[in-house]
Amino acid sequence: MTEDRPASPDDAEEPAGAAISDPSDGSPFETRLRETLGDRISEISTNVDELQVRVARDQLVEVCEVLKESEGIDFKYLRCLSVVDWDDDKEAEVVYHLASMTHSDKVVLKVRVSTDDPWLPTVVPVWPGADWHEREGHDLFGIEFHGHPNMTPLILYDGFEGFPGRKSFPMPEQVTFYGGD
Amino acid sequence: MAATEVEITRDGLDRAEMNINMGPQHPATHGVFRMVLTLDGELVTDVEPHIGYLHRGSERLSEDENYQQIITLFDRLDYIANFNNEWVYVRAVEKIINAEVPERAEYLRVILSELNRIASHFLFYGTYGLDTGAMNPVMIGFRERERIQALFEAVSGARMMHNYFRIGGLKDDVPDGFVPATRVLLDQLKAGYDEAKNTLTESEVFIERTAGVGAISGEQALDFGVSGPVLRASGIDYDVRKNFPYSVYPELDFTVPVGKHGDCYDRYMVRMLEIEQSLSIIEQALDKLPEGPIQSRVPRIIRPEAGDVYVNGENPRGDLGVYIVSVGHHATPYRLKIRGPSFCNLMALATMMRGSYIADATVILGSLDIVLGEVDR
Repeated sequence: MTEDRPASPDDAEEPAGAAISDPSDGSPFETRLRETLGDRISEISTNVDELQVRVARDQLVEVCEVLKESEGIDFKYLRCLSVVDWDDDKEAEVVYHLASMTHSDKVVLKVRVSTDDPWLPTVVPVWPGADWHEREGHDLFGIEFHGHPNMTPLILYDGFEGFPGRKSFPMPEQVTFYGGD
Repeated sequence: MAATEVEITRDGLDRAEMNINMGPQHPATHGVFRMVLTLDGELVTDVEPHIGYLHRGSERLSEDENYQQIITLFDRLDYIANFNNEWVYVRAVEKIINAEVPERAEYLRVILSELNRIASHFLFYGTYGLDTGAMNPVMIGFRERERIQALFEAVSGARMMHNYFRIGGLKDDVPDGFVPATRVLLDQLKAGYDEAKNTLTESEVFIERTAGVGAISGEQALDFGVSGPVLRASGIDYDVRKNFPYSVYPELDFTVPVGKHGDCYDRYMVRMLEIEQSLSIIEQALDKLPEGPIQSRVPRIIRPEAGDVYVNGENPRGDLGVYIVSVGHHATPYRLKIRGPSFCNLMALATMMRGSYIADATVILGSLDIVLGEVDR
């Protein structure tokens, strides 16, 4: 466990951070993306060297299909699918990192769902490689991916109770094996 | 004795599918991996992989450790390629806090990671020999890997689990005599590589065993998110070092070996050719290795501002990605997701195995070169 100690003078000299979202810069790729997706984008921002696009749950699959199939966009490669549990907001965020081999472009899709009703349409028909990522997201975070072909436990054993990825899941106390009585 | 007439029935002798369980304790699964094969006679009709036996919750553990402590967890993911793992993670943190890395540290990282790639591919060479029924390669593979690990021990103090890369640089400078020792090592590795090539690459038995087995097309591989040598063997020219260049790779001259057939033999060949390329990269990096500091100034306790980064790098097994979410002014990440290359490569296993013979199952699994520490995380 890490204590949040007060910052030492060393820390103050060199403030960390640059990875905050800036207003988008209007690169040619962004223009292409805006033209292709049109009003299906609810928000677009630049994060260091990536474009981040926020989409709504009911348009997710459509957006994914367009991104994969459109000429000049070609996001054939799903790099990563992550679930982030925003405990304070009672929301879960599913993040899709996409890359295009032909254009060396990158884009990030983000979808937020409420943890009271955490479901999303599956993107396995678009990228079969989403399969295990979604099963893992279901195991650890309890997100339901509707339409998934085989939603069985992947990482956890059958009958495991709870979702250990969530912030609300209790972590066991750390045990010290040495030093002190 | 009077003959007794016995009625022999044929009930229950119909062709039926059979399920065979393989693993988790099985020498050819390269760790605690289990799969259930559905067989029609000798043909594999379906495969159901089961993972999770080595799940240690590395992602969740990272949420309670500060940014420097997490480096040790990354050593334990792909325990054959520790330096490569550490590198991707420290690059992710360097990106989120916008830290500089001194040039000497960058070159040393390239040298160590490429040596680690060679060690990993030699290990693959040895164990793949065993998978295909050849006993000699494992001797050569482990002998050459041991030479590399002796150098790693001299540098970091540990054969594996080095914990040597730091955010913004390296823990220590390399010991005196590192450069000449590495040059001697390169000569030994070249000789070892030639021996390895003569033993297996041109062996007719090995070619018969692997060529045309477990083929997958480039398009299918890409759909499954396959990366690394497995993807390149299917003819897709994707290498993170070239497509999304990082560190000092743009200043080094190397080519990316790409296969054509996407079968087990091509996967083996791509890895062998990568050893050649890595040897050349290390030679160039040793020539260019500058003097200077090995660590830049970074805060002792790292508290990035709110934001998220995704950084990936080319590991021996493929595209390792790290996704870090920071909520700002915390010494621990809010969320850390690891995209393991073996995890994604395994998804294509069923597609590769369907329609092949059961005798080829271990050959196909071995050609993926999985490390369960990184599949399960």
